Amino acid sequence: MNEIYFNADAGYLEGIVRGYRDGLITLPQYLNLTQCETMDDLKLQLATTDYASFLQNEPSPMSTSTLSARCTDALVAEFQYLQQNAAEPISKFLDFITYGFMIDNVILLITGTLHERDTHDLLEKCHPLGFFDTMPALCVATTVQDLYSTVLVDSPLAGYFRECLSAEDLNELNIEIIRNTLHKAYLEDFYTYCQGLGEPTASIMAEILMFEADRRTVNITINSFGTELSKDDRAKLYPRLGSMYPEAQTRLARVDDMDQVKAILEQYGDYKTMLSGVGTGASSGGAGGDDMSLEDRFFAREVQLNKDSFEQQFHYGVFYSWLRLKEQEIRNVVWVAECISQQQKDKINNYTPIY
Amino acid sequence: MGAYSTANSYSAYASYTRTVLSASAASLAVWAGLYLLLTGRGERFDVGGYLLRLSPYMWALYGISLCIGLSVVGAAWGIFIAGSSILGSAVRTPRIATKNLISIIFCEVVAIYGVIMAIVFSAKVAAVQSTNGFSRSDYYTGFSLFWGGLAVGLSNLICGLAVGITGSNAAVADAHDQQLFVKILVIEIFGSIIGLFGLIVGLLVTGKAEDFSVS
Repeated sequence: MNEIYFNADAGYLEGIVRGYRDGLITLPQYLNLTQCETMDDLKLQLATTDYASFLQNEPSPMSTSTLSARCTDALVAEFQYLQQNAAEPISKFLDFITYGFMIDNVILLITGTLHERDTHDLLEKCHPLGFFDTMPALCVATTVQDLYSTVLVDSPLAGYFRECLSAEDLNELNIEIIRNTLHKAYLEDFYTYCQGLGEPTASIMAEILMFEADRRTVNITINSFGTELSKDDRAKLYPRLGSMYPEAQTRLARVDDMDQVKAILEQYGDYKTMLSGVGTGASSGGAGGDDMSLEDRFFAREVQLNKDSFEQQFHYGVFYSWLRLKEQEIRNVVWVAECISQQQKDKINNYTPIY
Repeated sequence: MGAYSTANSYSAYASYTRTVLSASAASLAVWAGLYLLLTGRGERFDVGGYLLRLSPYMWALYGISLCIGLSVVGAAWGIFIAGSSILGSAVRTPRIATKNLISIIFCEVVAIYGVIMAIVFSAKVAAVQSTNGFSRSDYYTGFSLFWGGLAVGLSNLICGLAVGITGSNAAVADAHDQQLFVKILVIEIFGSIIGLFGLIVGLLVTGKAEDFSVS
């Protein structure tokens, strides 16, 4: 029954977002990009894509950071067009997507302040989708209580902060705990919200968000090896959803090294192959050669799930999936650009193609 | 969390309203029934008799208005389902806009079925000349026009929705891959034929009905 009224609010936007999806860089285009010798060549190749209008006014020796910033601008422009044209249920959904970026921005600002970076530089580094009005004030906070009562209480993140308030002061470990607790609360809230939207959005988003939760679980486990994070605290950071909740999570909370993680994950069909061939894992950006890092494997799986959500019409999942695919595309383009500018052509093929 | 609860409270409000409406309708019906029963006029609570007392004109004109009304609702609904997707998809690939007008036309055809049938039905309605009131034939005409009109209207409503949804699929698929358009168009044509079934049955049902006031 969803089909007969879905288009009243979201038909136009769904058409738009599917148009955006058709603009994603395809495999032949990636092959052209990897053939480039210089950044100027790359810029020329990108002129045939959606990024053309954002790159054409850049002066010729273009750095990879500028490329990354301009690509993000393209993403933000498209997303904001969606937001401006969105009506109630869909605008709420789009807002939910931005909360994830807000959390990252908050953490970036707190960490930056802790290391006494310049506020202005920090604000420039924030993701534009995660901006909220009181954000610049974050730089003055010194304790978690301050942070909450002066800044975040008015932001959409206030609800997620409840669990973090027990943390006393802002140090390296606490910030990391806050980040993961926030993401956990956000993921759970987003999941509940999507379930309330009814089929087929509920089932499609459930699959994507459950994967996201599983990925967080594995990453938290691996990253907590050799830190002072206690095992009880580790278990508290796991999102309470996903195919690993609760059985595998209780076991993952007790492991001490990578081999034990592998042994547990081998019982899960989806993740069985994911960890085989990964050494110590979690090294970002591809370890080189044919072996993909764990992160890349997760990205490849995420891309697959997000592509699947385009197979069905009349649901909100396409908006989320498009954003994730676009983010992956930007990572790919930046990776190729990095390889070109650093003359590391042997690693240039370690991107995750989308279509 | 607060944001989520507002989204939820909206649907909670909707279900609350539904409950209130259905409860008050039910209590009103019980009250009316008991009132008639307890004041010794229980025989008035007689649905069958009420239906028989209705004028055949009432039946005939209800049939005609349901026929055209439901058909137009179906067509309009289909057009907005297909149209909004065509608009959105055509932003990136403008070539689909003209081609996909065929989906809009398919939906429009559903409304035209309704108009045609309404005209055919209304040709049977005329003022009764006989001094003896309605004849048996007049009653038959009234009933057959009502049920014929309802059949046409409902089948056109569903047909319009089906064509609209497939039309929307066609637009989205065409924007992604040109070759898919014809394939989905075939499905769309099959969908639009359901409306034709209703039209035929409507003609058959009313076929034996004489015009009013012939006798």
